[in-house]
Amino acid sequence: MSIIVNELNYIYNPGTAMEVQALRDINLEIKDGEFIGIIGHTGSGKSTLIQHLNGLIRATSGGIFYNGADIYDEGYDLRTLRTKVGLVFQYPEHQLFETTVMADVSYGPKNQGLDEKEATLRAVGSLNAVHFPEKHFYDSPFELSGGQKRRVAIAGVLAMKPEVLILDEPTAGLDPQGRDEILEMVSNLRSTQHITVILVSHSMEDVARYVDRLIVMNGGGVMYDDTPQAVFAHYKELEEVGLMAPQVTYVMHALAEAGIPVRTGATTVAEAKDEILSVLC
Amino acid sequence: MLKDVTLGQYYPADSVIHRLDPRVKLAGTLLYLISLFLFQGPLALATATVFLILLITLSKVPFSYIVKGLRTIIIILIVTAAMNLFFTTGTVIVQFGIFKLTYEGIQMAILMMIRLVYLILGTSLMTLTTTPNQLTDGLEKGLRWMKKIGVPVHEIAMMMSIALRFIPILTEETDKIMKAQMARGADFQSGGLIKRAKAMIPLLVPLFVSAFRRANDLAMAMEARCYHGGDGRTKMKPLRYTAADRNAYLLLFSYFVAMIALSLLWTKVLGGGKLFF
Amino acid sequence: MDQFIKARNVTFEYIRRDDDGNVEGIETALDKVDLDVKAGDFIAILGANGSGKSTLAKHINALLTPESGYLIVDGKDTHNKDHTLAIRQTAGMVFQNPDNQIIASIVEEDVGFGPENIGVPTDEIWTRVEKSLRSVGMYHYRHHSPNRLSGGQKQRVAIAGVMAMKPKCIILDEPTAMLDPIGRQEVLSAVRELNKKNGITVILITHYMEETIHANRIFVMESGKVIMQGKPREIFSRVEELKDHHLAVPQVTELAWELKQSGLSLPDGILTKEELISELCRLS
Repeated sequence: MSIIVNELNYIYNPGTAMEVQALRDINLEIKDGEFIGIIGHTGSGKSTLIQHLNGLIRATSGGIFYNGADIYDEGYDLRTLRTKVGLVFQYPEHQLFETTVMADVSYGPKNQGLDEKEATLRAVGSLNAVHFPEKHFYDSPFELSGGQKRRVAIAGVLAMKPEVLILDEPTAGLDPQGRDEILEMVSNLRSTQHITVILVSHSMEDVARYVDRLIVMNGGGVMYDDTPQAVFAHYKELEEVGLMAPQVTYVMHALAEAGIPVRTGATTVAEAKDEILSVLC
Repeated sequence: MLKDVTLGQYYPADSVIHRLDPRVKLAGTLLYLISLFLFQGPLALATATVFLILLITLSKVPFSYIVKGLRTIIIILIVTAAMNLFFTTGTVIVQFGIFKLTYEGIQMAILMMIRLVYLILGTSLMTLTTTPNQLTDGLEKGLRWMKKIGVPVHEIAMMMSIALRFIPILTEETDKIMKAQMARGADFQSGGLIKRAKAMIPLLVPLFVSAFRRANDLAMAMEARCYHGGDGRTKMKPLRYTAADRNAYLLLFSYFVAMIALSLLWTKVLGGGKLFF
Repeated sequence: MDQFIKARNVTFEYIRRDDDGNVEGIETALDKVDLDVKAGDFIAILGANGSGKSTLAKHINALLTPESGYLIVDGKDTHNKDHTLAIRQTAGMVFQNPDNQIIASIVEEDVGFGPENIGVPTDEIWTRVEKSLRSVGMYHYRHHSPNRLSGGQKQRVAIAGVMAMKPKCIILDEPTAMLDPIGRQEVLSAVRELNKKNGITVILITHYMEETIHANRIFVMESGKVIMQGKPREIFSRVEELKDHHLAVPQVTELAWELKQSGLSLPDGILTKEELISELCRLS
């Protein structure tokens, strides 16, 4: 199972004075079970790209293939695609609307055509998966804390049993504890439920800690597509496009320049610590 | 999706019309609308046409840009024309069942079309050349006398300008919530009226929640910046009439008098009919 | 230097009521908070969501007043309603959501909103607007619509809007929480500049620890109480304690602490990359 993106282009307001090429010549293959990070500054095209992956935006040219099928084929069922490729928008708690948490999470499964009982089962399963406390299942989603609301919103997408889960900055606006909890939860979901995860983030520290593959977007195109270590080795080029490597990467490079023979590939605190200790002790 | 409405959106340019005091433009628009429904005969129609073309030329807004705005109301135009065409009594030319095409009907339909098109062009010329803020300022100052009879003019103007500021934000938000619900399998397009109305709930509830949250935040931000109503407030951009504004009033007045005179000339002196042929 | 803010035993409770108006629960948002800020200081208040830091900020701007205890801003007690406008003018506030605090549809008009409210004459509004927009590097955008600006630019406009009221102090309530890294940099450097060049007292509320490195003093809040306070170096050297309170320590400080735990003889509270490098070079 995979998503193949082929020569994808997307142009806003084509033919007018406000024409903007939001995506240019994107080629990607997303394999089953990968944990991918997408970084890029605001306006680099990352949000536009992920909305193509579940067919919410239709490309100006190029194609997307989900499990070998062209999603732009006539008669291709985009609604089913959206349940297979679950997309959690930025600040997803803003889409909550039901009177109870349970009803809100069941909304997706019901749209899939499942009956009440089946939908409830799905909702319970996904609420448990996001570690949402059972005693609040029938509370109003509007009275929860920010972090809890976000869990409910993510559960609302998980309840459709997607094969791919895309999260657009799932930690925006949360405090450090909330951020760590959400990221840990996503990481767990991937290993326990075997879903492919695509994480869009501004935080280099976060992606360095979790993902296996990192896609850097710039000016609507893919700038780098490699392991985090390999991508952050280009920290100078990243800076030129307004991005930064994790702080430890800078520390390692500065140490090497100062004549301490460390390898500069570390991207997390744990890696940096091991490397420095192995050289100094 | 929702961003395509261009009818009457401010068109930045540096022209005589752009620089006029918004009160002049408001009064002028009102006067022009009245004149459109008062005029009789071809002389007055020609004057109204020349006047409109003159103003559009002066405004430096491309003619094609203004006309593009008409596309959004084309349905209304067609319906109005059809109504007039078939439901005006008079000399029958052709008859299809209950629909009678009359000589008077054709005249009436053409006249109404002209009036509507001029009306839209005239009002959109005002909104095209006046920023929403100038417009609310103009209304606030122009209608200040109503404060004496208990109308909260300042508050209404403030509400209008805040609404204008938030329309694009809420439009974008609607788009985003719609997509977020579609990502959860929502279907806004298919089904009957009731099904579609029900499908709107997941869109409208979050939109209201968000609008209230924003209103709450904004009220606090305004308070924090010492907002306490209209009393004791000064203006960064106070409205002051200039010589150009006085001339504009004079021109408007002359136009209006000419329209009345030409209409009277047509009906009373030349003995023309009510309509323009 | 003189005392600008003095808070003693400030307590504030949110009372939740059910539909019939009966009290459902009471949440203590502030619990006997003491705070002293000198004129010209750069203060950071750190804490998780719900720790009471935003409630404290709103007290300094007199949007809320203490239920018990008192708070004095620039010699004026916030309880006294006659002082409310003067306090809000002298201690301006910038909020988290950039969209929900910009009132006008044109940048310069928004910056003029505060001065209009306090009755500044028209000519002076223009000079103030120009000066404040320049001080945050947004003068070039004065004719723009706020909707076309980035998050960081919008926040700088909001800061200019406060500066145009000629305040002595700016309170920023999580101004960077909704911004991308570039936006965060923009806002922080604008704030530091105002503190250094114009001598504006800054109270920065945040949950990003790395934003507090340049503060004179840090207050850490939890459950409505101030649980730690001190200079950045003092606070940053208590890594374990900070982690217990679920605060994220900047990577450089964390790395230094981890290395020290593993036996390297490093000093406590390393704040910057440069400090760490020179300490490590000394060891090798």
